[in-house]
Amino acid sequence: MFTSVDDVSARLAETGYLASPAVATTVFLADRLGKPLLVEGPAGVGKTELAKAVAQVAGARLVRLQCYEGVDESRALYEWNHAKQLLRISAGRDETWDETRTDIFSEEFLLTRPLLTAIRGDDPKVLLIDETDKADVEVEGLLLEVLSDFQVTVPELGTITATRRPFVVLTSNASRELSEALRRRCLFLHIGFPEEELERRIVRLKVPGLDEALARSVVRVVGALRAMDLRKVPSVAETIDWAHTLLALGAGTLDETVVRATLGVLLKHQDDVLKASAKLDLDAL
Amino acid sequence: MTTAAGVAERLTSLVGSLRAHGVRIGTGETVDAARAIGELGLADRELLREGLAATLLHGTGQRQVFDPVFDLYFPRGVGGPEGQPAGRQDLRERLAAALAADDRALLGRLAAEAVDGFGGYGSSPESDGWSSYQTLERLRPQTLMARVRDEVRARGGSSGFTDRLLEDEVRRRIDAFRTLVAAEARRRVAERRGRDEIARRAVAPTADRVDFLFAGKDRLAELRRTVQPLARKLATRLAARRRHAARGSIDLRRTLRGSLSTGGVPMKPVLRRRRPARPELVLLCDVSGSVSGFSDFTMLLVQALHDQFSKVRVFAFVNRIDEVTGLLEHGRADPEGLGARIQAEAEITGWHGSSDYGMALGEFAERYADAAGPRTTVFVLGDARTNGGDPNLPAVRRIAERARRVYWLNPEQRSRWGTGDSVAPAYAELVEMHECRTARQLSALVARLLPV
Ligand SMILES: Nc1ncnc2c1ncn2[C@@H]1O[C@H](COP(=O)(O)OP(=O)(O)OP(=O)(O)O)[C@@H](O)[C@H]1O
Ligand SMILES: [Mg+2]
Repeated sequence: MFTSVDDVSARLAETGYLASPAVATTVFLADRLGKPLLVEGPAGVGKTELAKAVAQVAGARLVRLQCYEGVDESRALYEWNHAKQLLRISAGRDETWDETRTDIFSEEFLLTRPLLTAIRGDDPKVLLIDETDKADVEVEGLLLEVLSDFQVTVPELGTITATRRPFVVLTSNASRELSEALRRRCLFLHIGFPEEELERRIVRLKVPGLDEALARSVVRVVGALRAMDLRKVPSVAETIDWAHTLLALGAGTLDETVVRATLGVLLKHQDDVLKASAKLDLDAL
Repeated sequence: MTTAAGVAERLTSLVGSLRAHGVRIGTGETVDAARAIGELGLADRELLREGLAATLLHGTGQRQVFDPVFDLYFPRGVGGPEGQPAGRQDLRERLAAALAADDRALLGRLAAEAVDGFGGYGSSPESDGWSSYQTLERLRPQTLMARVRDEVRARGGSSGFTDRLLEDEVRRRIDAFRTLVAAEARRRVAERRGRDEIARRAVAPTADRVDFLFAGKDRLAELRRTVQPLARKLATRLAARRRHAARGSIDLRRTLRGSLSTGGVPMKPVLRRRRPARPELVLLCDVSGSVSGFSDFTMLLVQALHDQFSKVRVFAFVNRIDEVTGLLEHGRADPEGLGARIQAEAEITGWHGSSDYGMALGEFAERYADAAGPRTTVFVLGDARTNGGDPNLPAVRRIAERARRVYWLNPEQRSRWGTGDSVAPAYAELVEMHECRTARQLSALVARLLPV
């Protein structure tokens, strides 16, 4: 898919994703080694966005399994369309049961879910298993099975094996430790907050109207907030939101009034706002 | 330097070292890592670092273990400036410029250069090393603060609202540079240790006059065989001191009280009574790398003397401390294996493998506070080299307040105390510290200092 690490960076950048050297290197290796990529890091640093960007670069379909508490096999893998099966049974009254049974357990009545979708067909795909840590532990067993052999057994249909393996990205906020076995299957990538220069480029790319000097100030203030001991420090997503807000307000530069008025875009807790205001000398006026 | 075999070997050593630090790595991951090297090549060290981290690690917390180990096995091409090393002033100039520009790559190179130029100490091959503390003491990057700030401002890099952030930003850059220096010094020390193992095989005079720090394996084995005879000799000396003490001195107050019946003339001197029970002994032993020979020997010697005391408790530490009294008692038959048993069975290291006196002594003061009481004499064994960590003087003060006496036996020659990362002088202000380089010195000290 890629010829070099630089090629990864360049092509991701074309889709609007600016990769750090660590991100570009790991994506390159995941492709070359054919291994799933486990991406961990705080909220809003571009984990989900990375999978989308890779799909776009590869001209691949993005198949997304959004994990949540209680997600199960019928949501992740496949399910039979019971309603449709019942209709079919009541429609075909003069058939033998054997004929009916063969018919209702065929493709037509199968509801494929993301894991199965991702391994079927010959078109290129990126499988995004998002927020893996939100799923229950049992689902990990299922993932492990699928990611080991890239095949799925549906008792009524037989074993389905991928003819073309998808590029797999798992993301996690580390709200729960994923099992050692699952980790071992994957290449591991931690995405933290970007370095100042990279974040400035991200802001400039996502909020084109913002001028260079203001983008620079924005990133510096965010950097200062991250160095404070806050309940929740702003992530890249908040940096971008703030930049949008400043642009909308027509603020040419930062000053106490603007920062005080918009601090809520960056910080979600009232006590964080108070603490940051004090440290940034916003009350000095 | 980069033959295929050489790279494979380095990868294997890297994996071995990570495993030793508690990172679980299977064969599969090692194979992936080798493939990653094949895909990425060796030209770009930072890509290689990320590639190996991606294939070998499984969690965020392991990264802080990984980075220093990677630096050790895949060192930065030791370039530095050609010719003679840069002067201090010149280096500070360039450091200020790099800090102002926030050029991370350049700061990394400058850290290497700084340790190279200012971090080395010692003059003999057995004793020299690298110290981040010394490097930073000479370079004093924190004093560049104002200059860097002004330089950034002069370039128009900070004005208006955000100018209030500038000082903290520069401070964070300086802190980052300090971390880079520490990493570089650690790398060089570890690199040396490998070479030192070989260097230590040199021949020396009789075993009891050999510096513990430079005694090879054979010498230490030879020393261990002298433990029992030495213990018997010392027991006799201790017994003599005890008899002497038992005779006691005159108790002036009770003699005077007695003299009231004789009109105030002290006729019958009253002697102080001998202390009822035998004293207690606590040993705190640094068992890391080079000082372990000294600690092993002393532990064995004290164990051999144990019936001279009502209680002996022995604790071992590297950066965490654990009681090893039981290991010592059960292993009397196998003195050879003592070091290995302690390494295997006691919890003496946390995330990394280098000594941290502050952490270990702090842990002792907290977890084992009742081990040291008014009848206890405490011996601390070690070179007081904290690898730049906080010496935690309050912990030592606390131990000294509780115990009857605290002595520190330091296997390094006195002239080297305080050089590099040694904090011996600071500890020596709180407790009595003695140079104890050889078995001969040790037996003289033991005969004199052990409580009776
Ligand atoms: N390197 C980057 N290049 C371009 N945009 C980025 C980058 N990093 C983050 N972003 C932007 O930040 C926002 C948040 O990204 P995303 O939703 O992918 O975060 P996340 O890590 O998946 O967070 P969560 O854990 O909350 O799901 C997106 O709008 C994305 O465009
Ligand atoms: Mg996400």
